[in-house]
Amino acid sequence: MTPLLSVQDLSKMYGGHIGCKDVSFDLYPGEVMGIVGESGSGKSTLLNCMAGHLVPDAGQVVFDTRAEGPQDTVTMSEPERRMLGRTDWAFVHQHARDGLRMGVSAGGNVGERLMAVGARHYGDIRATATDWLERVEIDAGRIDDRPTTFSGGMQQRLQIARNLVTGPRLVFMDEPTGGLDVSVQARLLDLLRGLVRDMGLSAVIVTHDLAVVRLLADRLMVMKSGHVVEQGLTDQVLDDPQHGYTQLLVSSVLQV
Amino acid sequence: MTENAYNFAYLDEQTKRMIRRAILKGLAIPGYQVPFASREMPMPYGWGTGGVQVSAAVLTPEDRFKVIDQGADDTTNAVSIRSFFQRTAGVATTTHTQEATVIQTRHRIPEEPLNEGQILVYQVPIPEPLRFLEPRETETRKMHALEEYGLMHVKLYEDIARHGHIATAYAYPVKVEGRYVMDPSPIPKFDNPKMSGNAAIQLFGAGREQRIYALPPYTQVVSLDFEDHPFEASKADHPCGLCGADDSYLDEVIVDDAGGRMFVCSDTDFCDARQSAGFKGKDAA
Ligand SMILES: Nc1ncnc2c1ncn2[C@@H]1O[C@H](COP(=O)(O)OP(=O)(O)OP(=O)(O)O)[C@@H](O)[C@H]1O
Ligand SMILES: [Mg+2]
Repeated sequence: MTPLLSVQDLSKMYGGHIGCKDVSFDLYPGEVMGIVGESGSGKSTLLNCMAGHLVPDAGQVVFDTRAEGPQDTVTMSEPERRMLGRTDWAFVHQHARDGLRMGVSAGGNVGERLMAVGARHYGDIRATATDWLERVEIDAGRIDDRPTTFSGGMQQRLQIARNLVTGPRLVFMDEPTGGLDVSVQARLLDLLRGLVRDMGLSAVIVTHDLAVVRLLADRLMVMKSGHVVEQGLTDQVLDDPQHGYTQLLVSSVLQV
Repeated sequence: MTENAYNFAYLDEQTKRMIRRAILKGLAIPGYQVPFASREMPMPYGWGTGGVQVSAAVLTPEDRFKVIDQGADDTTNAVSIRSFFQRTAGVATTTHTQEATVIQTRHRIPEEPLNEGQILVYQVPIPEPLRFLEPRETETRKMHALEEYGLMHVKLYEDIARHGHIATAYAYPVKVEGRYVMDPSPIPKFDNPKMSGNAAIQLFGAGREQRIYALPPYTQVVSLDFEDHPFEASKADHPCGLCGADDSYLDEVIVDDAGGRMFVCSDTDFCDARQSAGFKGKDAA
């Protein structure tokens, strides 16, 4: 089987300082990859390099495109990469306000990606937006309200709806449950798990929270100082960690 | 200082050449916003400094110049711009759309169809149609470059969600020759169809924002809309009270202090010509 995403020797330096170094992995269709590691270990750097938000210094990010099969997204043209960014890829930011248009109604936020790929029927766009609000458990009656009037958990769910509405095949998430109350986190995780399963999504999820990876991730990468120190099936890594750092992390001696 | 101390049409030849280059580039890429080094003009921003610079760059001594402000030739703004070029360029002026070779306008397109050889110069306050939803200039430039115009429809979507119909009545966004999305300046959307296939050259100048864009003659200009909310070039549903025209854009004016109102053509030259030809509205004296 062709991997959906194949990352090879991806590296990013900030001046003389390592962001991430020589990261390689394959992600197969329908798989969820978790990335954990302490603060500053390079998780966001890696994610942003993969998603095209940062330009890596070296390495490849090969995506199995619908039209032309595996393509290195690092070297493809910017229009092509941006097109991927609003069709087959989605990016969920930790802070919903970074991923939403706060001055636009909930319906407009969800509809934007549809309009970006050519939807021109107001009634259809609105029906799809309504449907998606319901799928992320937001009352359809709030469709014309701005996200500024939403709670943190609702904003995050709205961001997820806005991203998934075009049926992407790969979702990048940077701490999607970070900064939310524990009970709100649990509900969001539940929702994410349901969506991932129902849509057969592939995802790369960065998190501090081992509970998140246990629930969502099929496989796990552990990062330290920009390097991947261990990767494998999630249960394997968590139940039988090989690397000393992972052992510390799992035994919660390390506060991640 | 005497008036002869000014160069023809106020701007020095070097500056005019720079502006003409921007205009030519704009004509070559219809709807594309060309940056130019806007000069200080002896009038404040918001008074049409962009339009004035474009007019200065295209005027020749043989031209006949008309200025309209919301359709009228006699507002303070129109009068002062007209007299500015009378003094600095010595060009002939007119209020008749047909006779003018260069027409500078704020907020309207004349009712009478324009002809080949005429130039219509628009004063533009905000040239960037995407500004409303995306304030970052670096991002809007990229959106234009890559034809990423979904955001423009988000604005129209918001309109319908809030008002039940597309409530944008002025500066209604258009797509030029299937490529660039353009802000037509704050003309009423009633005027939008006149931009398309127009025989005249249409030039747009934004002074504060330092942008020039253009439509060469017979350019296709399409107003954005949704399939189930099609664009409508609407106007007040009345005939003109003075000349009886039922196909011209109307202003509502208060006629007495008892709340009496009437609708009259906003294009004063058009209205005057009709009245001279014997057309009469119900409020005509
Ligand atoms: N823009 C930048 N300029 C310079 N150094 C940076 C920049 N962004 C990140 N770094 C550094 O790169 C390293 C990796 O940062 P990164 O943000 O990827 O870590 P992270 O694992 O996402 O951390 P956190 O869990 O706190 O979000 C850190 O040492 C960080 O200080
Ligand atoms: Mg981070």
